[in-house]
Amino acid sequence: MKPFTYERVATPAEAAAAALKNPKARFIAGGTNLLDLMKLEIEVPPHLIDINRLGLDKIKETDQGGLRIGALVRNTDLAADRRVRKDYAVLSRALLSGASGQLRNKATTAGNLLQRTRCPYFYDPTMPCNKRAPGSGCSALQGFNRNLAILGTSDQCIATHPSDMAVAMRLLDATVETVHADGRTRAIPIASFHRLPGTTPHIETDLAPGELITAVVLPPPLGGTHIYRKVRDRASYAFALVSVAAVLQRDGTGRAAFGGLAHKPWRVEAAEARMAQGPKAVADAVLAGARTTPQNAFKTVLAERTLAAVFEQARA
Amino acid sequence: MKFDSPATTNPIDRLKVVGKPIDRIDGKLKTTGTAPYAYERNDVAPNAAYGYILGASIAKGRITSLDVSAAKRAPGVIAVVTYQNAGKLAKAKAHTARLLAGPEVQHFDQAVAIVVAETFEQARDASRRIKVRYAATKGAYDLAVAIKTAQKPAPNPDAGADKPDTAVGDFAGAFAKASVQLDETYTTPDQCHAMMEPHATTAAWEGDKLTVWTSNQMIAWAVRDLTETLLIPKENVRVISPYIGGGFGSKLWIRADALAAILGARAAGRPVKVALARTQIFNNTTHRPATIQRIRIGCGPDGRIAAIGHESWSGDLPGGGPETAANQTRLLYAGENRMTAHRLAVLDLPEGNAMRAPGEAPGLMALEIAMDELAEKLKIDPVELRIRNDVQYDPEAGPKRPFSHRDLIGCLRTGAQRFGWDKRSATPGRVRDGRWLVGLGMAAAFRNNISMTSAARVGIDRKGVVTVATDMTDIGTGSYTVIAQTAAEMMGVDVEKVVVLLGDSSFPASSGSGGQWGGNSASSGVYAACVKLREALARKAGFDPATAVFDDGKIRSGNKSATLAELAGDAGLSAEDTIEFEGLDKAYAQSTFGAHFVEAGVDAQTGEIRVRRMGGAFAAGRILNPKSARSQVIGAMTMGVGAALMEEAVVDKRYGCFINHDMAGYEVPVHADIPHQDVVFLDEVDDKSSPLKAKGVGELGICGVGAAVANAVYNACGVRVREYPITLDKILAGWAKV
Repeated sequence: MKPFTYERVATPAEAAAAALKNPKARFIAGGTNLLDLMKLEIEVPPHLIDINRLGLDKIKETDQGGLRIGALVRNTDLAADRRVRKDYAVLSRALLSGASGQLRNKATTAGNLLQRTRCPYFYDPTMPCNKRAPGSGCSALQGFNRNLAILGTSDQCIATHPSDMAVAMRLLDATVETVHADGRTRAIPIASFHRLPGTTPHIETDLAPGELITAVVLPPPLGGTHIYRKVRDRASYAFALVSVAAVLQRDGTGRAAFGGLAHKPWRVEAAEARMAQGPKAVADAVLAGARTTPQNAFKTVLAERTLAAVFEQARA
Repeated sequence: MKFDSPATTNPIDRLKVVGKPIDRIDGKLKTTGTAPYAYERNDVAPNAAYGYILGASIAKGRITSLDVSAAKRAPGVIAVVTYQNAGKLAKAKAHTARLLAGPEVQHFDQAVAIVVAETFEQARDASRRIKVRYAATKGAYDLAVAIKTAQKPAPNPDAGADKPDTAVGDFAGAFAKASVQLDETYTTPDQCHAMMEPHATTAAWEGDKLTVWTSNQMIAWAVRDLTETLLIPKENVRVISPYIGGGFGSKLWIRADALAAILGARAAGRPVKVALARTQIFNNTTHRPATIQRIRIGCGPDGRIAAIGHESWSGDLPGGGPETAANQTRLLYAGENRMTAHRLAVLDLPEGNAMRAPGEAPGLMALEIAMDELAEKLKIDPVELRIRNDVQYDPEAGPKRPFSHRDLIGCLRTGAQRFGWDKRSATPGRVRDGRWLVGLGMAAAFRNNISMTSAARVGIDRKGVVTVATDMTDIGTGSYTVIAQTAAEMMGVDVEKVVVLLGDSSFPASSGSGGQWGGNSASSGVYAACVKLREALARKAGFDPATAVFDDGKIRSGNKSATLAELAGDAGLSAEDTIEFEGLDKAYAQSTFGAHFVEAGVDAQTGEIRVRRMGGAFAAGRILNPKSARSQVIGAMTMGVGAALMEEAVVDKRYGCFINHDMAGYEVPVHADIPHQDVVFLDEVDDKSSPLKAKGVGELGICGVGAAVANAVYNACGVRVREYPITLDKILAGWAKV
């Protein structure tokens, strides 16, 4: 770990000022991902701005009938919130399928969105990786890529986004609220928050330098049956091979978003128009353009079958 | 004491303490976090500096330049050691690869430099400022390719590979003539030990005298290997390892952490401690080599085996050894015509070596699927097929070499009955429980029983407290407790009156812990020392040692008695002896047996595999402590589930390394993967294995369980996977073919 300086800030304005002063600084909240990456010197921030005391740890109902989730609400608390469990069960279930109890106690809502990929080559500083060292090449394309992306990939990167929570947020059309270092605020639709790798896989989100997430806002509840189905090799504490977040309505309509397939939570709204035609029709539309390797080609079959399992579960 | 004829009645047979499910006597230290481990010996090596190892970033080649100047200037750095300033070092005979690279690099992450600094973070950060240039050369990393040039390995009795090949009768002819033939190839991947405590050492020099607190299974081997590596006399080396957080074979020999701490301490002039980071353990240390195994079995319609052949290919660095995956096939089933063969390819991956029942664990993963496939061909129940092929003597040597005690059939029948095996549908894919396809599978368990010379010293003081000292280790297995039980039984005292001191090379040399030999061998060494101490006490009391009875803290002869405390007096009494096993392992085949039963669910849509129920019956001689033995077996069964369903160190064949080198990438079972495990031990004694009539049990539980899982998965979903681990992508591929 590189030596770094540290400060604790008390207000979003202080955080912004600190970020302006130290352009290479990182905000730290739960630290469940950042600290690991710093130990491996994959992240080498010279300065950490501790935002844990900003007071952004409340879940409040919005005037529109949704929920504003503070950026620092811990995953455990979000999953356990009565309103979330009742009206956004898919979010609660997605959270509880991720990590372990100890990690969820520390991990925050905003931090979860900003998790970095678990691609093994990203994690090994001796290996080429365009995400870690832009321009060095992608070791995964011809390497061990069984659990890497099949949608929205590029020749520069086939990493996946590891979050479960983000898949549910994408399904629910959440909005990410931020404050810039100069005090401007904005609301970013979750669909455009995460980026595809393209030629700049090291840039993972739409956030500008120093821009701080303050909340994630959920629109009013959708009703329907909420399912989060995560498929993995072992029963717990593993990243998804494929996951499906779905809200299915009695009239056959619904939504579905996928994890484990791409550099961002994957949702194709056009495919949802085919919900009434069944899982295969939806999966065909979602998986159109999939680019697979011999190791991860199973994910197309698995995604379709997992969606079918979700349909079965909704009917049961 | 020589153990060269079967045991007769002895004080152990009283079973007042031995055979009881006594809680671990070291349990409180472990659960309260007060057992001192190698990395936290501030009590005896205060002011230790921190060492960090920089590993090679190539798999094969040479270091062409090393620039440590930036690292030396980094904050807090005390010393940097590389091959250029390490002094003269040699490779210990037990090591295949050297522990410190330079200029030659033999494998990925082989230690290149040790940085010593005031803090761990300073040492780690400075290690990354070392500039190393390499000239990489082409290496061999793909076993499937390398086996084309595989050779017959040299015999290596120390590693349980006394003969690479065996042959009896006319295997080829008998197999060709058999009306029912099975000929299949199975693969097991490279696997990593993944024990909880990483390799860790604190080292301190006082002049020429070296003290090493290290996490190690075999203290005497550690002293030997340090002596050979450092070229210093044995008298100058002391190794201490009282508590070990798991080893699973990876700590049978000293590793780079020990050498790094030692060289670091010499350079720094003060104690230094080094622990391997989790990511380093996969490539810097050893692993279980991958295997490719071909099994051929020929029999008639009655299922009686006429020909059985097992060939295994594995790879290792030049000078290394094979994974002896065909060993159990020499002893497990009957058959007049037989052959086994091990072939060894050169691979430039990290050193392959012992892990969690080497040989039998991967060997049975293959053989016991083959038996399941044969049973299906024959339409004979898999339990019955194994019963029909039971043999009460070493089938290679013939009836002149019987098993010391073999009750595989008892294990099969008991296990089947307890598990409800009769409810199994022989046709796969017939049982559904909601979204799950449910199947049952079974496999035989087999692990050879090895006995090793083991010494101990036992003393008694004026308070009647019995103290046992031996360099035996407790790697989480329960050695402390079974040794205390043995001494308590022999001396006729309560187990609370026994103090056990382990893991110090200044104590008499024991068997150490490995190959499931530790519990039986080390307890037998304690038995031998106790016999001597009993004689000394009896003589002092004026009693006949042969008829004196030790009980309740006293020695009795007729109606005369004396307390042991009085006899010990202020000076105390002590005795030392060594158990030496001679001849009985030649005259008798000595093995441990069992039967595994598994219920597995396969998700009908996604192919996810979850074990739902496990059961096993085991026969391993006298069970010294049913509680610690059960803990051993359920842990081993858990490892078997890992081997069957998830554990795979993935080789990146371009870079020559295991690429999933952390616990997120190398998956082992978590609690949610392991259901209830029913374990029963058959009530038996084996008078030819030791004075305690016990055998090894620690590794038996892992042997066969992987195949039982595989067979249950097949029975559930109809997909036969012969390449471990069995993952859902292989199930989906199998379904796609149907």
